[in-house]
Amino acid sequence: MKKMKSNIALSESGFVFNPNTGESFTLNPVGQQLFEMIREGQDYQSIRKKFLEIYEVEDSIFEKDYEDFVHLLHSYQMMEPDEQA
Amino acid sequence: MTAKKRYERPAIKRLEAQMPNKFGLRTAYVPMTHVDGVAVKDLLKEHGSPLFVISERTIREKYQEAKQAFTNRYPRVQFAWSYKTNYLNAVCNIFHQEGSWAEVVSGFEYDKALANGIDPRLIIFNGPDKHEEDLRIAILNDSLIHIDHLEELYSIIRLADELSKRPRVAIRVNMDTGVFPIWDRFGFNYENGQAWDALNKIMRSGKLELTGLHCHIGTFMLSPSAYGVAALKLADLALGLQQRYNHEIKYIDMGGGFPSGNTLKGAFLPGTDTNPGFDALAEAITTPLVNSNFPANKMPLLILETGRALVDEAGYLLGTVISNKRSSTGKRITIIDVGVNLLFTSFWYDHKISPAQSFSNYTEETMLYGPLCMNIDVVRENAVLPLLNKGDQFVIHHVGAYDMTQWMQFITLRPRVLLIDMEGRAHIIRQRETLESISQYESVPEHLKKIAP
Amino acid sequence: MNRRKVTVAVTALNAIDSPGPGVPVIRGLKESEMLDVRIVGLSYESLEPGIYMHDIVDKVYQIPYPSSGIESLLARIEYIHSKENLDVIIPNFDAELFPFIRLEERLRAMGIRTFLPTEKQFDERHKINLPAFGKKYGIKVPASEPVNDPNEIGKISKEMKFPLLVKGKFYDAFVAFNADQAREYFHKVSAKWGLPIILQEYVKGIEYNVIGLGDGKGNRIAAVPIRKQYITDKGKAWGGISVGDEKMLALTDHFIQSTKWRGPFELELMKDEKNEFSLLEINPRIPAWVYLSVGVGQNIPEALVRLALGEKVDAFSHYEIGKMFIRYSWDMIVDLKDYQQIATYGEL
Repeated sequence: MKKMKSNIALSESGFVFNPNTGESFTLNPVGQQLFEMIREGQDYQSIRKKFLEIYEVEDSIFEKDYEDFVHLLHSYQMMEPDEQA
Repeated sequence: MTAKKRYERPAIKRLEAQMPNKFGLRTAYVPMTHVDGVAVKDLLKEHGSPLFVISERTIREKYQEAKQAFTNRYPRVQFAWSYKTNYLNAVCNIFHQEGSWAEVVSGFEYDKALANGIDPRLIIFNGPDKHEEDLRIAILNDSLIHIDHLEELYSIIRLADELSKRPRVAIRVNMDTGVFPIWDRFGFNYENGQAWDALNKIMRSGKLELTGLHCHIGTFMLSPSAYGVAALKLADLALGLQQRYNHEIKYIDMGGGFPSGNTLKGAFLPGTDTNPGFDALAEAITTPLVNSNFPANKMPLLILETGRALVDEAGYLLGTVISNKRSSTGKRITIIDVGVNLLFTSFWYDHKISPAQSFSNYTEETMLYGPLCMNIDVVRENAVLPLLNKGDQFVIHHVGAYDMTQWMQFITLRPRVLLIDMEGRAHIIRQRETLESISQYESVPEHLKKIAP
Repeated sequence: MNRRKVTVAVTALNAIDSPGPGVPVIRGLKESEMLDVRIVGLSYESLEPGIYMHDIVDKVYQIPYPSSGIESLLARIEYIHSKENLDVIIPNFDAELFPFIRLEERLRAMGIRTFLPTEKQFDERHKINLPAFGKKYGIKVPASEPVNDPNEIGKISKEMKFPLLVKGKFYDAFVAFNADQAREYFHKVSAKWGLPIILQEYVKGIEYNVIGLGDGKGNRIAAVPIRKQYITDKGKAWGGISVGDEKMLALTDHFIQSTKWRGPFELELMKDEKNEFSLLEINPRIPAWVYLSVGVGQNIPEALVRLALGEKVDAFSHYEIGKMFIRYSWDMIVDLKDYQQIATYGEL
């Protein structure tokens, strides 16, 4: 499961501060919603279900965007290292 | 069931110094959902993507704006529509209805103008490659022939005898106007005396009617003052002809080269802000003519052949996003269904591109690639755009000039061209190409017809 | 004295190692004895130090870059004006001047004044046009050529000897000692500021600068000549001293009278061994060291705002000679929430 580091701060305006690296980020509204769900620890299937329910988006496109987003969170050092299966 | 919300790709962006944050460019990306009142999404649905759309209203307004700028400053002004800029018949005929003559640079364009019904005496025939047969027809039709080089001059003198006609001619003059590069491959040079040499030959032959003087100093000229220099030099030649031969020319043709609102690659500020408008150009061109020694009642007609500045802004190219991905370095890449095959001008402009639907204010830097299987197919090296997804639509601005003449039938077929008329009705003015429209010119030798052994 | 209340918007809050003039302009305005000024800062990026100087900057808005076009700039100013009721805007970046000059009439119609050079003055003094400018007004200038293609460098360097200055259209200047270096700087400068770049003869001597203000009718309102005493590796003054030189003031007067210069300016001058001045560049805006002029008795920002408002402004008749400015850097402690606020909402 994808797990976010616990000390990542998100403000209402979509501003993210990573205290581990000192970097700041901004999120667009969809990104903010996804970020919050990942931070809450929701898994891909429940996030996917929710997104397909609310948004007009194809499953395959959302999957690609989700993976790209999580990949960025990893590269920005916001995620705990993947638990190795 | 309630309607689902519009989806936008989730995005996270690192804030960096030296980088415009999302606010900095907020207002730069106003979506363009309609062209002259017609919805982009409806147009694409009905006519397919990509699609060229031309606004008749914009053409007529631009023409009137240009005409006003010149007629406010000079008593006798005539425009001639530059066919090579956009020779779709519907477009040419809008200009002819507004009063433009035709300016052509090949036998093909000449025939096109004739077929559009323009009086052949109102066709200006320019260019370095007029075939003998073209010249013959132009002379018989009494068209205005602008001579580019001496070989052509000799041919015309010979044909004048042969046809027992007195051809109406002008010479094209090139000159140093203080801008680089000098377009000295066309016409006769002013500074080194070639121009006078040609004029002397015409006058002494006694067989040609010297009607005018022509120049065309460059393309996408950002400096109006260069036109002022050119006008002064043509006026000097005209007055010299008056003195030497007591010959009055009928017109001075200042050619074209006026810039449109496009932004040249490498420019810092957008072209719509910086490029000189018709007023500045008209001021630069007419001032030396008005102040020259022409008698007030004998001012030569001022002809203008500007094409780009009149039609570029009337053209839109509508398209659809095919995919987006990341390059190996993490940079965003967006692939669209419009490539350099349709947008030849993207080799020298950074075209303005607007999304055709609304987005959040969030933007990202992306490279825009066309659909061709070719590495050079880059529409914008770096554009700041909202988060485009597969299927999102966009509008590329200022594509009315040259794109619909220099486009290539390469890898794929060329799309439909629509005209939106003054009442907001759409008309197909060029059909989408089909396999048949390309294959009809081909033939396969008998022994190659069967591919199975 | 009853001070007139005005709201002034000021750009260039980047008081960094290559500083913008915004913060010293604001200091001048805040010290005015005639005006009671509320300052609206206009910023482009989130780390411009002036954004966080709450004691002298009352409110900050981000504005779009000049490259995004005049219409988006105007739309943003309309929004800011609806909140702040601006009286005057002082743009301080070279790249902003063109859009603001173009917007002058439309801003005036909204009730916002500027006091800028005319478009003709702005174009004429452009680095590219400097040789023609010198000729027209009888002012000595170094030889220079605009270059659009790196292949032209070889040809030009036969006419002008190295070292040569390679200059950007708006900013940046590098000294090149050979054609290879010139080509390298060509690419560096053109990538940032576009084409053409300018190759300029390198004049040896001592650099002097004059800050001034013309009323647009040919009159000098203010002028203070200085010698820069310490120049940073970015070519910016770190210290300077006001000097009394009649020749420089005469040249400044000639410049103002013959061009009828309107607005603030900085002249960059080079004095050669024969004690003759060449004009290297005319900056059509306030320089970052403007606070020295305030310190020697000519509050140029205040006079500028009063001219913009249409007040009658008497010319300054004197300034203190031998006063210095020494620039220093100062670390502010800033809360992340301020940064977050400006970065996400574009207002603080």
